[in-house]
Amino acid sequence: MSKARIATIWLDGCSGCHMSFLDMDERLIELADKIELVYSPLVDAKEYPENVDVCLCEGAVSNEDDLKKILKVRARTKILVSLGDCAVNSNVPSMRNPFGVEAVCHRAYIENAQLNQQIPKQVIPPLLKNARPIHECVKVDVFVPGCPPSADGIYYVVTELLAGRMPDTASKTRFGA
Amino acid sequence: MNPSAQKTLSVKTLQINGKDVSAREDQTILDVARENGVFIPTLCNLDGLTPVGACRLCLVEVKGSRRLLPACITQVQDNMEVSTNTETLVKYRKMILELLFAERNHVCSVCVSNGHCELQAMAQKLGVDHIRYPYLYPKLAVDASHDRFAVDHNRCILCQRCVRVCDEIEGAHTWDVQGRGTASLVITDLNQPWGTSESCTSCGKCVQVCPTGTLFEKGRASGEMTKREFLPYLTLMREERV
Repeated sequence: MSKARIATIWLDGCSGCHMSFLDMDERLIELADKIELVYSPLVDAKEYPENVDVCLCEGAVSNEDDLKKILKVRARTKILVSLGDCAVNSNVPSMRNPFGVEAVCHRAYIENAQLNQQIPKQVIPPLLKNARPIHECVKVDVFVPGCPPSADGIYYVVTELLAGRMPDTASKTRFGA
Repeated sequence: MNPSAQKTLSVKTLQINGKDVSAREDQTILDVARENGVFIPTLCNLDGLTPVGACRLCLVEVKGSRRLLPACITQVQDNMEVSTNTETLVKYRKMILELLFAERNHVCSVCVSNGHCELQAMAQKLGVDHIRYPYLYPKLAVDASHDRFAVDHNRCILCQRCVRVCDEIEGAHTWDVQGRGTASLVITDLNQPWGTSESCTSCGKCVQVCPTGTLFEKGRASGEMTKREFLPYLTLMREERV
């Protein structure tokens, strides 16, 4: 049997969901026999490949780069998993939304900066009006709330998907878990 | 619960989910459902406080009624045929819950009540794993002017438990609601900082009945705010004294 092509991406999140993924510990060795990790912050692939079976997506869609990435991921992925509260409900990244981009940038780059007070115009991708959950931008197939979802929860989701079943996440995790 | 309980009450018979049940005439559909082990979700209802039908989660179908009826404020009638778990109800309950999340800024992970929140637990129980409606992201204040307590409007679902417990149990009526619809806010006295309220006795009952992390004790970090269940005991003690 050929290995399932799995990817993970990291948008506007703290990487805690990826840490939780690594917390699967020795179960990662078992998974390694069944999956090929084709793209992830944890491996060295530079370009998101075609024909990905499952992508675990951490983080909210907060800037133009995030949006570009998630559109590409959706186009090249069979099952897209919103992993963690930032992806599912935009969580902490959304706490800037009531204030507006201008006020947030001013606070971060002018008020709180001691050197070179300026709002970046290049290299750093511009923020979108709101940090948004992934499903407001592209279709999502599986929702895994949690901040972060536990390693057990992630293992359950991945193994269910590998077995060809849709996981019932309500029994394993919740918002803020 | 009812002061007129000494007079003779007639018994009503009705059906809940096809099962025959009997009830006192002064009971609500919710009372009878609970007595018979039938789950109806609620957030604003709390034993010991007057039911108000604010959260709409307890909507049920009653045969012959074209509207869905809130079980917490609908009194039983003879031969009622009540359904509590139809496809329509399951659909609407999830919608109602999702709209509560979309209406304010509920960020469970950094909330003082994370892990002890009735809204969060209800989402898990009803299988709400994401919100299908656009978030409103309103800009709302936190009032930390009181010595011991604070109110974070971002987390409020307008259940009015604080309003009722302050009025009915403590007798102070410090809390009330201003505005309409999504612009409604719980306020203290004449919409002034909580710390300047002259009617507040600082008893903390409002904090203890809040289903979310809206009202909390100062100094509690994320997930540290737990509530004590004092109301059933207080109600019982007051009943026996009559």
